[in-house]
Amino acid sequence: MKKTGAQILCESLLAEGVDVMFGFPGGVLLPFYDTLPQYPQLRHILVRHEQGAAHAADGYARATGKVGVCMATSGPGATNLVTGIANAYLDSVPMVALTGQVARPFIGKDAFQEIDIAGITLPITKHSYVVMETESLAGIIKEAFYLARTGRPGPVLIDIPKDVMTDLADFKYPDTVDLPGYKVPTKGHPTQLKNAAELINKAQRPLIIAGRGVIISGASAELKQFAETAQIPVVTTLLGIGSFPGNHVLNYGMAGMHGTGYANKAIENTDLLIAIGMRFDDRVTGKVSAFARQAKIVHIDLDPAEIGKNVRVDVPIVGDVKAVLLTMHKMIASNQHMDWIRQLNEWRKEHPLLDIDDSAGLLPQYIIRQLYEATSGDAIIVTGVGQHQMWTAQHYAFHEPDSFITSGGLGTMGFGLPAAMGAKVGRPEKTVWVVDGDGSLQMTIQELATLVQDKINVKIAIINNGYLGMVRQWQELFYAKNYVATPLSCPDFVKIAEAYSIAGLRVTRREEVKGAIEQAMAHDGPFLIDFMVEPEENVFPMVPPGAANIEFMERPKKEVSSWPRRNTP
Amino acid sequence: MATTKHTLKAIVQDKPGVLNRVVSLFRRRGFNIDSIAVGHSEVPHLSRVTIIVNGTTATVEQVRKQMDKLIDVVKIFDITGEKSNSRELALVKVKATSTTRSDIIEIADIFRANIVDVASESLTIEVTGDEDKIESMLKLLHGFGIKEIARTGRVAMVRGNIGAMPVEEKPARSRAKKQG
Ligand SMILES: Cc1ncc(C[n+]2csc(CCOP(=O)(O)OP(=O)(O)O)c2C)c(N)n1
Repeated sequence: MKKTGAQILCESLLAEGVDVMFGFPGGVLLPFYDTLPQYPQLRHILVRHEQGAAHAADGYARATGKVGVCMATSGPGATNLVTGIANAYLDSVPMVALTGQVARPFIGKDAFQEIDIAGITLPITKHSYVVMETESLAGIIKEAFYLARTGRPGPVLIDIPKDVMTDLADFKYPDTVDLPGYKVPTKGHPTQLKNAAELINKAQRPLIIAGRGVIISGASAELKQFAETAQIPVVTTLLGIGSFPGNHVLNYGMAGMHGTGYANKAIENTDLLIAIGMRFDDRVTGKVSAFARQAKIVHIDLDPAEIGKNVRVDVPIVGDVKAVLLTMHKMIASNQHMDWIRQLNEWRKEHPLLDIDDSAGLLPQYIIRQLYEATSGDAIIVTGVGQHQMWTAQHYAFHEPDSFITSGGLGTMGFGLPAAMGAKVGRPEKTVWVVDGDGSLQMTIQELATLVQDKINVKIAIINNGYLGMVRQWQELFYAKNYVATPLSCPDFVKIAEAYSIAGLRVTRREEVKGAIEQAMAHDGPFLIDFMVEPEENVFPMVPPGAANIEFMERPKKEVSSWPRRNTP
Repeated sequence: MATTKHTLKAIVQDKPGVLNRVVSLFRRRGFNIDSIAVGHSEVPHLSRVTIIVNGTTATVEQVRKQMDKLIDVVKIFDITGEKSNSRELALVKVKATSTTRSDIIEIADIFRANIVDVASESLTIEVTGDEDKIESMLKLLHGFGIKEIARTGRVAMVRGNIGAMPVEEKPARSRAKKQG
């Protein structure tokens, strides 16, 4: 029996194991939405803005490791997805973005709500398709999901004209894909593995820097085993947080611009840097010429184009991180590196992240630490972008891969709330908090309505400093406190929550933090806490832009209590 | 670091938009294409692309790897160091009068070029060869007044086996099955 394109789409999604998608309707998607009720297994969550759909699919994908699916109508719906697709692209998140398109006879005619979304998203997708026959739809969906999740994952866009949805075709979901141009490296070259193992066994001051590739590859256990056997200290990138247990004795925190002083000192002094599933982003390397200058570098990554792109590499290993670590584990000797580790521990003492003294006001760092205590480090924490994101990265100890969900490569304000929504939908058994900035939240705040309509139990912590804090910090440090376009007036977020039927609370004093978090966790349903924090607290350490990592600035002591208190709205 | 001309040869799927993907990649990564030539290959649904790009060995290697990541690019080689044959075709329309016509024809003959069109005030010459040959001929023709030039860009083929794409060697099919 023949089926319509819309039916084929639904059945193909089910064949791919999709149980939820985030979308927003429009004219060209009417045939799809008309068909959707025939497939009750396919949960559709109506967002309030298509950017939210893409971020929700992203958060869902990171939390579950599965492909996230979002959908938007042609024209403005599709362009609203763009930021979310770019975000997924830069952080290698598996996603399939479905867009409606005007009917085939109208394509190229500047028809109403016609936009070349495949063209627009060309540089920010792993691949894309415009479906020109209903017959090819099933095969394209098969390929799209295969490409999105295999190799280095990424977003794949499928643009579907309205009449492709209504046309009839035979349906048989293919078992295989035919992609002669698509190669996924697997094991790593034996000679390079040998070279790497030799260097590792010889190194006096080896250091691992782990990135999101470890998480994508599901190689956390292998990384732990590897590091423990050879007693190699581990630092991570922002997106590598969670790849190695946060409270492990060998974990020295995040490296780079807002990395710990000891992580950056370790990179400065290591004689062998083993970079695993990371891509030497400039936020990690600082001034490249001064990065790990004493070290030989072993780079393990699935994507050959990442090798040698930003830094010189002595031993390149192109392969799946998990497979490579398993093989290499057999080739490395168990080791101690006592002097090196002793040195690192001294640096850890010399450069503590923060001593919160009693006179301090309501510090964001304190809130994050309380959040860690209250959740026993067992929640999924999602963030917006800015200072609050960095404080979360620094002060919450993440123990599990995918427990920290944040926008790394694109640094997208507004990512937090919708991504948290997606994460909670994917992992309903987990407590999900979004730690958001007052600026970031206002970019996608309308998704509060989605939380309510679809009963998604996300807890919201606003680190409310009344500024676009991270930009203000740069203005303070590098532009003589010329605070232009960064002071931010905010609505009363508790009242906003109330208007959406979401419970909320404002916290202005440190003593109230613990109780408020506990109240939020005990509450059955979404809950918002508006933390009125010290407005001009900064993120330290900080490597000034363009400087070497080792030139990190630290938090000036005893300044906080003299800062003026801000009134609550 | 010194930049040199590199010749990249790719085998790509003959699909809508594939050239757009290739060119867009060059633009996006800030690489300049000197010339690009595309045509059908000996295998149905596959095309061959020859790209001449100017850059350091490291940047060109980065281009090659990025291009290799395009799903529609089946294979790509940097054949710069290989022994290869490369050719370009140019059509040149030259001003010609009754007095200069025979001189122009003589030059064309030296370069083993063909006269493909004769009009009252011009001659159109078709020349094939490497860039040096074409440049030298153009230099000689310059004095007569060149009205129009159309060049194809270089196509290249390695001597021996590199770059060949036998039909039976469709690498990803079986792998996809295993991993899918
Ligand atoms: C969509 C978007 N626009 C602009 C920026 C630039 N930017 C980076 S951080 C930041 C400030 C964020 O403010 P807020 O969300 O209040 O967080 P805070 O830094 O105060 O914690 C801005 C404007 C961005 N990252 N994303």
